[in-house]
Order: sequence, then structure tokens, then C-alpha cells
Amino acid sequence: MADTHSVIGTKNKKGQTFTDTWEMLNEAPRTPSFFTGSEVIKEALRRASCDVMIAYPITPQSEAAALIGELFAEGYIGDYFRGESEFAVMSQCAGAAFGGARVFTTTAGPGTMRAMENFPMWAGARLPIQMIVTCRGINSPLSIQPDTLEIAYLLNTGMLVWHAETAQDFFDWILKGYMVSEEPDVHLPLALCCDGFFVTHTKDVVNLTPADMCLPPYDPYRSPVPCMDMECPPVRMMRDPFVMKSNYISYATHASWQQEVWAAVERSRKHTIRWINGLIETENIDAEVLIVSSGTAVSQGREAIRLLEDEGISCGLVKIKSLRPWPGEEIREATKNAKHIIVPEFNVTGWLAKEIKASIPNSDRVNAGPHVCGGMTMPPEIIVSEIKTLLGMRTMSLAGRGS
Amino acid sequence: MGIYLPNPGEAHINGVIVPEEKAYEEAAKQFLMAKVPTLFPGPLVLWDWNEKAAKKATAIRHLYNTLKECVQPGQTPMLIPMPDYRPKYPKINPEVEINPNHPNLTIWHNKIDCCMFIGVHCHQANLSLKIIRGGTSCYTIAMCAQAGHEDAMLSFRDASVEKIMKLAEWVRKLKGTVQPRLTSAKSGASN
Repeated sequence: MADTHSVIGTKNKKGQTFTDTWEMLNEAPRTPSFFTGSEVIKEALRRASCDVMIAYPITPQSEAAALIGELFAEGYIGDYFRGESEFAVMSQCAGAAFGGARVFTTTAGPGTMRAMENFPMWAGARLPIQMIVTCRGINSPLSIQPDTLEIAYLLNTGMLVWHAETAQDFFDWILKGYMVSEEPDVHLPLALCCDGFFVTHTKDVVNLTPADMCLPPYDPYRSPVPCMDMECPPVRMMRDPFVMKSNYISYATHASWQQEVWAAVERSRKHTIRWINGLIETENIDAEVLIVSSGTAVSQGREAIRLLEDEGISCGLVKIKSLRPWPGEEIREATKNAKHIIVPEFNVTGWLAKEIKASIPNSDRVNAGPHVCGGMTMPPEIIVSEIKTLLGMRTMSLAGRGS
Repeated sequence: MGIYLPNPGEAHINGVIVPEEKAYEEAAKQFLMAKVPTLFPGPLVLWDWNEKAAKKATAIRHLYNTLKECVQPGQTPMLIPMPDYRPKYPKINPEVEINPNHPNLTIWHNKIDCCMFIGVHCHQANLSLKIIRGGTSCYTIAMCAQAGHEDAMLSFRDASVEKIMKLAEWVRKLKGTVQPRLTSAKSGASN
């Protein structure tokens, strides 16, 4: 609706050229660079035309918040400040997004849990905030080691939830995430998760787009709700019959509102598939044994497959990239011939296995595990051992690392 | 819930993606069949906040005038502006209002049997379209400036002055070829 003219080809105050995102990510030359995951987050943000970043940098799980502070000092971020707690940060993010800004933040573990009330509020208010979740343990006694339990809590907030395997995923998906989140028929927050420490603190070769190219700015006039209208929901939430009355029309409005949020999650499917090239990736899915997982458990699965090949055992792989929208149909299709579906996870409850079981026929094919938790690593040998046990083969006994 | 919305150049009718041309014809037919075909222009076209909005408002007035010229006796086209989404305070009357976010969207005891949303923010439009669809027998059309509306029975996308004028042309083209329903929507509805 807005009388906007294209800014593509023009320069921002740092001399970066606003570039068509598809061209920038798929056609522009890439430079291999050796970075930690936290540094990759900074490099993605350098190119994201981000208006506001709000930080609560207590967690040692990721240095990203502090590194983005450096970006602000260099002039790449419109505004940057520290909240008084994770709850405050997420509320401030909402305020900035209500005002029409492209917003970024990062959190982990107990911080995610402390701020939880805000996430369904973000989704209900249709705010396309991007939040990096560098997953760590959430239970007491506290751990700064990776554990993906917090993702389970995010799945029903109405946010989009993606789970990156590598720092390269992370770099690309931060930029692509804004493209999906900001579509007017989606316009929802994105929780872009990774397994903290493994991805954030280790160095990897990441192919970066040119630093003199950046995303086009966010256009708030494409928002499905009026920008910062203090008289109307979702900004105005109390003192109105809409919220406070107990009558059918009030319930109907609330119900429609929730349905619309989840419909928007579903509508994101089309855009997500285009931008991250499908909700899942598959290898050798004709094999009788499949490893189906997300995050760095996928990397460990790849190693396990190599070890199994040495012993003449064929095993396929399904990497789940998006958890919301959930790739139920894709997983059904990919696993239709599998006799054994192994779901390794970095958490104690096995939430991913439960999601998969709920999506496929003959769910007794799903083996929930191996699980590691509390920051334990997952050696590929324990995945191999689990598979060989399922196949009735002799396998060495391993020390317990969880369930 | 959560259908694939049309790509540019397409529309949807009852969730099925169709070429835009087919949607113009169907929308015009629905208008000409209806006893009370109604346009609901929203704040994005009611306020003169940019040149495009003003031109769209003029085009909507043209569509309304075209409807008035093309309907038969007994049909009553209406143009009901929806200037904002403020909840009505202190109370709403669900007998006459379908959505507390839309005090101006008066469904008139389900006497409006065909309506078109235009210039309504997508989220608010989808809420109202869901409630209308769930509680009335009104045929809903959306002329959306963005990606289209899954909750309308028929939806265009990328609304422009040209598209509104083209819909008016289709109404004129089909004048006299469509048999109107001259009973009220309510008498034929189950609710």
C-alpha cells in the first residue's frame, strides 16, 4: 500500500548496497572465512539492515550479543541497548517491532524460559522479530552446555522455529529468516535455534556473502496489523470488551485470532520451502534404517552413517530444518520405506521423536534415542550401537550418557 | 487453515488457485446475484495518506456506482466504510455487529449476502472473514493489496486501481446475464 520506491541498488550510510536478497544469497560470490558461530551471527547481522538489537548479555552460551554491540559501534545497527532482564529484552523487542523496526535479539536456556510469556505475545501481535536461541541446559543445577530442551517449549508459541545444524546454516538462515518472517501473509517471529557451544564456540569455514551488500530494509507498511495503533488490538489489549467480556463474540474473536496466527505459521510453509530449499534434506532414504534428526545431532548422524558403511550397513538420513512449520508430509514421504527410524537428540525427553511419532503411520518404527543431555556430547558410536542393537547385531557396551 | 495462497497473476476461489481472470468473472457474478452486495473499504483506502490510496478510493466509488447501475430492482448495493478497528466500548451488540474490532461492519442480521473487503489490514480482515464465514451465509470476497486472504471465499492479491476498475468492467459486462437471488440471505441460511 505504501508509496515506496525500490531501494535496491542504493547505498546505506555504511556504503553497503541494498541488494535483492535472492541475488545476494544465491548468486553473489562467497568468501570462505574461518569463524566461530557467534562471529557468524555478527557477520550475518552486518548484512541484515537491522534497525534495533536488544541484548541481555549475561549468558556465556554465546558472545553474539556483545559482538553485535561492536557492530552498533561501527554503525551497522540502527540502535542497540541492554535490557534489565531477558523478560525486559523481549518486551522491548516487541515495542521496537510495534513501531515498525526490524528487530534482532539472542537468548539461551534459562533466559528463554524467563522471557517465555513474550513469545506467544509476539506471535499474537504478528511481530516479525528474529531471536537466536543458542540452546543450553534449562534445569537446575544450571548448565551452560548444549541441551535442546528449550526448543520444546517454543513449539507451541506460534513462532516459526528453525533448527540450524552448522554455522553455515546459521549465517544463511538469519538473512533468509527475515524474508520469510516479514512476508505479509506470515509476519511472525522466528526462533532460529542452534545447539549452543557446539555451534557458537567452535570455528568452522563459512562462506560469507560480500560485506558491501545488505538486505533491503523492512517495510512496515506491509504489516498485516496497523503499525503502533494505540487504540486497537493488538497494542491495546485491556479495558475493552474484546478482552474482558464473557460472551460469544469475544470468544469468537479470540478463537479467530489464534486460528489466524497458526494459519500464518502454515502459510509460511510456501516461503520457507523456497528460501531454505525445503523443510527437510534427505540422503539415501531407500535404506531400511533412517536417522531422522535436527541440529548437530544430524552431524553426529552423518558420522554414524560413515561408521556403519564400513561395516556394510546401509543407513539413510533425514535432516529436519524447520520445526514450525512442521514438515509432517515430507517426513511421512521420506520414511515410508524405513523399517527403523532412529531419532538421536540432545535432550532428556525426546520431544522430536514424539513429534515424528505423531506424524507417521506405524510409529512403533520410531526409536526415540539415543539421548544425551546436560551438555554431554553424542559420540557417533552410541548411534551406531543403538542401530546395531535394533538390528539384532552384537555391539560394544558403552558408558551411560543419558537414556 | 493455512492454505497455499495464490502467486502473482492468480487468485483463489474456495481455496482453489485459479487464473485471476476467472476470479473477476466469479466475483462479478456473485455481486450481481446478491440481494445486498456490499463493499467494505478499510482504513488503508479511506484515509488520504498517499496518492495510491486516494486513487483506489476513487476506483472503489466507481465500482459501487457500477454495481448500482447494473443490479435489478430489489437489489441494494451498499458501501459501508470501516475507518478503524477500535473495539466498541462499553458494549457490543452481537445481534447487529459481527466483530468487536469492526464496529462499522454491521452484518444487519445476516442480510448482507455478498461482501468485498478492500483496504483492510490483513490480520483484521482474516479475523472478520473467519467470523463472517463461521456465523453467516454471506459470500466473502477480498481485494487484498498483499498476498490474498485464505478466509475469503474468493480472493485477489496485489490489489491496484487497475484491478478494481477491471472488476467494475466485469460487473458491467455481465449485467443482465445473472439471475439475482431476491430472497434475503437470512431466509436461506441455517443460522
